[in-house]
Amino acid sequence: MWDYSEKVQEHFFNPRNAGPLQDANAVGDVGSIQCGDALRLMLKVDPESERILDAHFQTFGCGSAIASSSALTEIVKGLTLDEALQVSNQQIADYLDGLPPEKMHCSVMGREALQAAVANYRGEAWADDHTEGAMVCKCFAVDSSLIEEVVRANGLTTVEQVTHYTKAGGGCCSCHEGIEDILADISAERCTAPMPPALAETPKETAPAECAPTPKPRLTNFQRMRRIEETIEAIRPMLQRDHGDVEIVEIDSRNVYVNLQGACQGCMMEQATLSGIQAQLVEALGEFVQLLPASLMTKRQGGAA
Amino acid sequence: MNPIYLDNNATTACDPAVVEAMLPFFTEQFGNASSMHSFGNKVAQAIKDARAGVCELLGAEYESEIVFTSCGTESDSTAILSALKAQPERNQVITTAVEHPAVLALCEYLEKEGVVVHRLGVDRKGRLDLDEYRALLSPRTAIVSAMWANNETGTIFPIEEMAEMAHDVGAMFHTDAVQAVGKVDIDVRRTCIDMLSLSGHKLHAPKGIGVLYLRRNTRFRPLLRGGHQERGRRAGTENAASIVGLGVAARLALEHMAYENGEVKRLRDRLESGILAQVPCAFATGDTTNRLPNTSNIAFEFVEGEAILLLLNKQGIAASSGSACTSGSLEPSHVMRAMGIPYTAAHGTIRFSLSRYTTEAEVDRVIEAVPPIIAALRDLSPYWADQAAERTAEKRASTAGPSTAAFKPSFA
Repeated sequence: MWDYSEKVQEHFFNPRNAGPLQDANAVGDVGSIQCGDALRLMLKVDPESERILDAHFQTFGCGSAIASSSALTEIVKGLTLDEALQVSNQQIADYLDGLPPEKMHCSVMGREALQAAVANYRGEAWADDHTEGAMVCKCFAVDSSLIEEVVRANGLTTVEQVTHYTKAGGGCCSCHEGIEDILADISAERCTAPMPPALAETPKETAPAECAPTPKPRLTNFQRMRRIEETIEAIRPMLQRDHGDVEIVEIDSRNVYVNLQGACQGCMMEQATLSGIQAQLVEALGEFVQLLPASLMTKRQGGAA
Repeated sequence: MNPIYLDNNATTACDPAVVEAMLPFFTEQFGNASSMHSFGNKVAQAIKDARAGVCELLGAEYESEIVFTSCGTESDSTAILSALKAQPERNQVITTAVEHPAVLALCEYLEKEGVVVHRLGVDRKGRLDLDEYRALLSPRTAIVSAMWANNETGTIFPIEEMAEMAHDVGAMFHTDAVQAVGKVDIDVRRTCIDMLSLSGHKLHAPKGIGVLYLRRNTRFRPLLRGGHQERGRRAGTENAASIVGLGVAARLALEHMAYENGEVKRLRDRLESGILAQVPCAFATGDTTNRLPNTSNIAFEFVEGEAILLLLNKQGIAASSGSACTSGSLEPSHVMRAMGIPYTAAHGTIRFSLSRYTTEAEVDRVIEAVPPIIAALRDLSPYWADQAAERTAEKRASTAGPSTAAFKPSFA
């Protein structure tokens, strides 16, 4: 049985704002009967202020789909359309005290219905670019279509890389075989495509050089530190979304020491988070650096001295 | 309000007599059946007796044909892998599209290893096409594996006939009879089935015990090696307590066979007709004229199964669903898809599976509980509103255009 929070159950058993809304002037239909989830969101928008006066829903779907729809209508009531467009699926999930990873798509559907309804009100076309595959990584709720997309776009070849890019496989590791299968399928696709002759004829000895990162102009110490800071700053919002954070403590040649904060602290995924950040730093700097928890700082530096 | 358990195809309650028989084997009868002392000897005797019980239930000729395993899944894996290993000149497997994942997932894996797998399709009622089957059989067929009865719909396959057809081309025949044993009259002696899987917890024995029936003279390669237990065909110290429990459960199942096909069947029919009489746009799936006596699988259109289960559960009623959401997958049950049940209905399939413990009062309570639940969910469903609008429009046969915009969401 799914591990539904009290709040999910409560919203499922007593859905708020269910049923058609008379004189709705914004309607968003998303989902499909094939997937087993579909939602019609109906809004009554004040034309003067663009404020949502009332919101109703009709949902075909499981317990969490109905609860997410109910939560969505409660969240958006009273917001202006622009404010409502800022509502993220995470907010819907948070409102319900979280959803099981396999059910996060229910909150995504809520956000999409909102976008569709606003587009409908404004007379715009709304196209969904959302695809969904089978859940591969249950720890981080990553599905096969996201993994495929990232693997194709970045030419990834190893499970470790997939973990760095998507977090998939960074938790209990039980999906590694599934990720390998996806990698194998995509690599098979690549091989069936005609290979450029130059690549096919490249002697093996030079192969490692081809794989090395393209040399970048050497950075000054100051530029290098700035680059590290910028990279980490760009990552922080993602961690903050999961109620975590990271802070740079010291940069000592190849070693970058950081403190993981908030939810990241003591999280069983700590190592995966660190290696993910490290991969991005390596990419940004064009040189190898090692990301270490600040707790190792004195030990390492002491040892080196 | 007592809970009502109508999910007996998932698992069953242990019969109290089974539990009672098992208990001494956790305490004073703790010996290892292989040991050369009185502790072991008594356990070995009890296992022998249990084996005889299973033999009676299946109609097996020799006790040595009964191999105790840990579960139905192990029996299925053992059977199929053994057939391929033991006949290296044959590399094809024939199975059906509606098998349990224990067989389907293994076949998928074997395909990657180079084994050729044929999956027989089914018609709208879940029945096989025996001509298609005959055409697939060849001297390259190592084994045919087909379930005796389907776990979701209860539909029964013509196993005895299929086994004979397999033998005609020299292929082995295995059947996953996990759902059928105890409900269908099985007498392996009368058939030419080579291997059969049975699971204890589907017939009021505990979880963690299964049987592979292995006809004498069937070429065999064990899955587990490392001991002489089960005549070297399944190494590992015997799960004595569970084996004893299964022995008792097997004898009880034989005693209750007539009850299952009489009273349990009557209650199932009462439940099904009671629900269908009250709920529009609902139908029973599978071959309703040839199925297990305890199973009813009803598709409720335009509602989603998990939501139904949650509302049933709130009233203390336990059933199961073939919807995508209950399994965490994106597709509804492979059995419903194989039968070509449309998506509008496949997501809303609910399986009620009864047992000899089910009472008429319970069935009546479920008949009363289901219609309001479906009605409430349909009120919530955007598809139902459109459906209702269409129906009124049809009734009126009016010339007016569609009254509401049809629900056509923007992604598939």
